[in-house]
Amino acid sequence: MSKKMEARSLARKGKALSPPIKSSSVKKTKAKTSVPTKKTRDQKRTRAFTQYAPAPESSKVVTLKEKYDHYINGEFVAPSSKTYMDSINPATGKVLAKVAVGNQKDVDLAVAAARAAYNNVWSKMPASERSKYLFRIARILQERAREFAVLESMDGGKPIKESRDVDIPLAAQHFFYYAGWADKLEFAFPGKKLRPLGVCGQIIPWNFPLLMAAWKLAPALATGNTVVLKPAEQTSLTALLLCEVLEEAGLPPGVVNIVTGAGATGDALVKHPDVNKIAFTGSTDIGKLIARNVANSTKKLTLELGGKSANIVFEDAALDQAVEGVINGIYFNQGHVCCAGSRLLVEECIHDVFIKKLKKRMETLRVGDPLDKNTDVGAINSKEQWLKIKELIEIGKKEGGDFYEVSTDAPTQGYFQKPCLFTGVSNSHTIARTEIFGPVLTVLTFRTPDEAILKANDTPYGLAAGIWSEKGSKIHKVASSLRAGVIWANTYNKFDAASPFGGMKESGHGREGGLQGLFPYLEIE
Amino acid sequence: MKVLKTIKLYINGEFPRTESGRSYPIMDHDGKEYARVCQGSRKDFRNAVEAAKNAQAAWSKRTAYNRGQILYRMGEMAQGKLEEFSQLFQTCLGLSHEKSVDMAQAGIDAFIYYAGLADKYTQILCSVNQVNGPFHNFTTPTPIGITTYADADKFDFKLLVSHLCAIILSGNSVVAILGKGCPAIIAPLSEVFATSDLPPGVINLITGSFDEVAGFVAGHHEVQALFVAGDRSANSKQVSELKLLAVDNMKRLHLIGEKTSALELVMKAVEMQTIWHPIGV
Amino acid sequence: MSAITLSTSQGKFKIPHYPIDMVGIEERAASFTKRSIKNSSKLEALYLAIEMTDLTTLEGADTVGRVKSLCAKAISPVSAEYLPLLEKKALPAIPHVGAVCVYPAMVKTAAKCLQGTGIHLASVATSFPSGQLDLSMRLKEVRKCVADGADEIDMVISRGQFLQGNYQVVFDEIRAVKEACGETAHLKVILETGELKTYDKVRLASWMAMEAGADFIKTSTGKVQPAATLPVTLVMLQAIWDFYQETGKKIGMKPAGGIRTAKQAIQYLVMVNEVLGEDWLTPDLFRFGASTLLNDILRQIFKQATGQYFYQDIFSLD
Repeated sequence: MSKKMEARSLARKGKALSPPIKSSSVKKTKAKTSVPTKKTRDQKRTRAFTQYAPAPESSKVVTLKEKYDHYINGEFVAPSSKTYMDSINPATGKVLAKVAVGNQKDVDLAVAAARAAYNNVWSKMPASERSKYLFRIARILQERAREFAVLESMDGGKPIKESRDVDIPLAAQHFFYYAGWADKLEFAFPGKKLRPLGVCGQIIPWNFPLLMAAWKLAPALATGNTVVLKPAEQTSLTALLLCEVLEEAGLPPGVVNIVTGAGATGDALVKHPDVNKIAFTGSTDIGKLIARNVANSTKKLTLELGGKSANIVFEDAALDQAVEGVINGIYFNQGHVCCAGSRLLVEECIHDVFIKKLKKRMETLRVGDPLDKNTDVGAINSKEQWLKIKELIEIGKKEGGDFYEVSTDAPTQGYFQKPCLFTGVSNSHTIARTEIFGPVLTVLTFRTPDEAILKANDTPYGLAAGIWSEKGSKIHKVASSLRAGVIWANTYNKFDAASPFGGMKESGHGREGGLQGLFPYLEIE
Repeated sequence: MKVLKTIKLYINGEFPRTESGRSYPIMDHDGKEYARVCQGSRKDFRNAVEAAKNAQAAWSKRTAYNRGQILYRMGEMAQGKLEEFSQLFQTCLGLSHEKSVDMAQAGIDAFIYYAGLADKYTQILCSVNQVNGPFHNFTTPTPIGITTYADADKFDFKLLVSHLCAIILSGNSVVAILGKGCPAIIAPLSEVFATSDLPPGVINLITGSFDEVAGFVAGHHEVQALFVAGDRSANSKQVSELKLLAVDNMKRLHLIGEKTSALELVMKAVEMQTIWHPIGV
Repeated sequence: MSAITLSTSQGKFKIPHYPIDMVGIEERAASFTKRSIKNSSKLEALYLAIEMTDLTTLEGADTVGRVKSLCAKAISPVSAEYLPLLEKKALPAIPHVGAVCVYPAMVKTAAKCLQGTGIHLASVATSFPSGQLDLSMRLKEVRKCVADGADEIDMVISRGQFLQGNYQVVFDEIRAVKEACGETAHLKVILETGELKTYDKVRLASWMAMEAGADFIKTSTGKVQPAATLPVTLVMLQAIWDFYQETGKKIGMKPAGGIRTAKQAIQYLVMVNEVLGEDWLTPDLFRFGASTLLNDILRQIFKQATGQYFYQDIFSLD
């Protein structure tokens, strides 16, 4: 409180200004006087507000089964091997349920069901009818949104705020969007007729479990294909809950089949001779493995793989909004995002100002229970991933980058990593080249737009990039020079069913979303 | 003894009677009186244009996805009225029960069709143009604004729904004059619109004689487009008169019918805007 | 908009162009509305909000009676008969508000009522709300208000001059008003963000006001729509932070007009907390310009205490 204000305040009360009181530092030290002054009492009270009392989303809306079987031909079918694996809540380390482990037999059964459904039902159905099934699925997903959001956070560790406001609404939108294409395929390619491929095998990752299922199922079904889907072994629960929605929508049996399991299950699906197309989203390493496996076949393939995307901030950017974009780019979903802006390329002349703002903003991120509505950064998806991130952080420190981690509290139980960053990083550092897939930002600098473009492109990946500048022509110039499939100018991590998404170079090939998202599932006659 | 429904106009999301106090009987297919509907006047039309004007800006600012969702809701509401629609067609048009149900369902399906088109037609009709210079050049559709619609002589539910949906899809508002085919459609149709989260004023329905108000409509300066449904020839007397009246404010005049495809309808309801932006640091 | 150069008797200085992206700032502002503030956090925020309220009446129809009533409410927002309900739950008594805000003609009346209460007396001045009056007359008004007992002056900037680009004029006027406030009154500068329209201009006006000596920057007069909004307040809070980084001076913030519910008030407090930090969570650095807000806050407090929503009528209108 300034002297002048104090004088005024006391004058109001008819008192004189007393000798100056040494003010104690506001933040974390205890009051030195034994009698609580108004100031210390106010600090305590203010703290009660600023620490935000727990605001948990109730998990009562979710009913978990003890164990989950495969979903084949419209029924839940026990795994042939009678084996199940644990699905763990990474925020607590506890087992949520057991999930079937699929083997070759199970995959064979599922593919056969998909083939039969394709031949006898789905390929014969008028397109407008297919459309209606997808509309129904979208609607029911909207109705059961809360249930799905809570389950997604429990299974994968992402904050309820994200699963509620991003994952589930986007998943519903995907079904809505592709429902509308089903009976309009004649507009998709001028003068040509389009045919579905048949049976599609789809393997999805653990970072956006339900959303990735929607991204895969919606276009495949809209274009007339049937599907065998293999969710990630860490996060199968929302895909399995989706089966209830498919049933409620009356989707004919066999059109969608879900076989759970780990690498071997996916492998069996990839190699199955009666599958016409494979779609995979996941790590670049596995993607290359799959590509090798289908090379000697007629199977069509789309891959959506990793990235080490550059978020480029120019001096003429709207700085505070750029800070938001960088934060969102790397800490959204704990950095478990293929298109995460994991490299910050900041123009050297604003480096210090920008990093100062960035660090200040980072300190307001709340790390904690995924089911707490105020949590910004949730749990790392699995112990395995948590160890990987820790390892790479150690490498980063050894390589000589300056490490900074937020001072906010994080839970001691479960797998958590506080948002952090490395400054003084160069493009040759491991942490600047390897995808960390965690809330770890690497910061590099550049001097000119050309240098920014060079550095941004200096990676085998090519998924996304961010450009922050208030100068339109610069944005267009830089964007058209970047080798990345998705460019976000003055924004980041925006997704929409109408917007095609996918990578260049080793980030994969094929697009999901929009008109272009139809082509991977169609044959042009 | 049943309570008979009074059929009113649908303007600005409400159901007013016509300012003129006039009504006229609609006959069913057997020549018996089915109901009386309002005979809309120029004043009604003027009020509707006012409502359409107030609603249009906000409607066009919504996302295409949102508009699509509302159209889908119309389909949901219309599906719930399948019985009512088919009864109406049977009684007033003399169609068999089966054909009535088919016609009703076809109209319902049209809502769904256009709901699905709402956030896609730009990907088909619009473009990024490869100009001969360092410019990012793209063409996007913008709504025309306040439009009017005159229904066809021969009633077809699917066509009526398609036309209205295609017009509002891109952010236009519309005043539709239902005078020819089956004016009694106004009751169940307006109820569908009123229960679908459609903002008031986006669609306005008036029963009456188009011929009576045609001149007024075509000459109204705040109306930016007139869609005339049916199989009128482009050089017929009435159409020529309309064209002349429309010249004053360069009103877009479109004849649309059975042969007009969905994409053509949508294209006629938009203005293409092209933007240039330099590429360079 | 390139950098603006202003001169003072000490020389020239520049206010650099600081662009704000509209979509980005509105997204960030919206994110504060997603915070779920419950239980003890909510209660503390509610009490804090009362202490931060500038209880306001600015109507042509204001009378001595109206102002006396308002002051009574400011001193004691709830009648004593309801206080036991709070005591039962070990909740503190309802504090008095931060300030009362009135027109110049009513300052003397209010000063009398508020004598010895510790409640500040803010007067709008400088030909509120338009500011369209000769400077000398505006300054005379300010001096009279201070002499009559106001210890806070809420001035309006000349939006016409600002939009014409006569920034030196706007700047000099603020400095002149600050001088007219003397030693005893603090100065709030109302930018009237609803007339400035763009966030870029709000940022420029904020910085200019702070450089010119504002103790507080304030969004609006409440007479123009839109008045206070979360995004426009966010722009101003970020300007305050950057100004603090550069000069070490902490300037206060007052959003005014359009904040009617406790829920909204809490959203603003969340924003202040996360953008500026705890230091600004005090009536010395943050105020709400409001009137109906107070009763909604009281309603929320009593709901927490008793589990019931009371009639609006239980809390006197003024």
